[in-house]
Amino acid sequence: MAMDAALIESLIREGIPDAEVRIEDLRGDGDHYAAYVEAAAFKGKTRVQQHKMVYDALQGRMGGELHALALQTSVPKDA
Amino acid sequence: MDNSVAERIKSDIESNDVVLYMKGTPVFPQCGFSSAVVQVLTHLGVKFKGIDVLVDPSLREGIKTFSSWPTIPQLYVKGEFVGGCDIVREMYQTGELTEMLSSKGVDVQIKA
Repeated sequence: MAMDAALIESLIREGIPDAEVRIEDLRGDGDHYAAYVEAAAFKGKTRVQQHKMVYDALQGRMGGELHALALQTSVPKDA
Repeated sequence: MDNSVAERIKSDIESNDVVLYMKGTPVFPQCGFSSAVVQVLTHLGVKFKGIDVLVDPSLREGIKTFSSWPTIPQLYVKGEFVGGCDIVREMYQTGELTEMLSSKGVDVQIKA
């Protein structure tokens, strides 16, 4: 069930090209991560829509391979 | 998804103001994320119906399809999908959750 942080990061970047991504391994077990994603593409979108964009970028891994990903999304201040 | 599952979800979210699809029950949550949402709702004194997806595999998969949302817990208020644990927690911290519940006519009684 574990997934590499670098893979999570690259999938998000691929799916949302302008995204700033920071991944934190919460327990050091390769299974519990927090992701902070900042992207201009989130502008004008609700939180649910923003999180969905990230989940879409993860191509179905969320909820399966990736059980524990705490997600926080934001729009850059100058966007 | 089985139509009867979709029908059941529809009827649950239409007949209850606040519904939480979760792992375990409000008294015994079986997952930290579900537990966190229960804590927020309890703290706000919001009456909600907790539905344990662990006892029904068809519901566990069905709710994901229904909301097009890959994870559980999932919170519904007045028939509308609000989000999962991260969103609920963030909305609670910013005060948006209380505001949204009140604006939808849900009773909020913050406990000290």
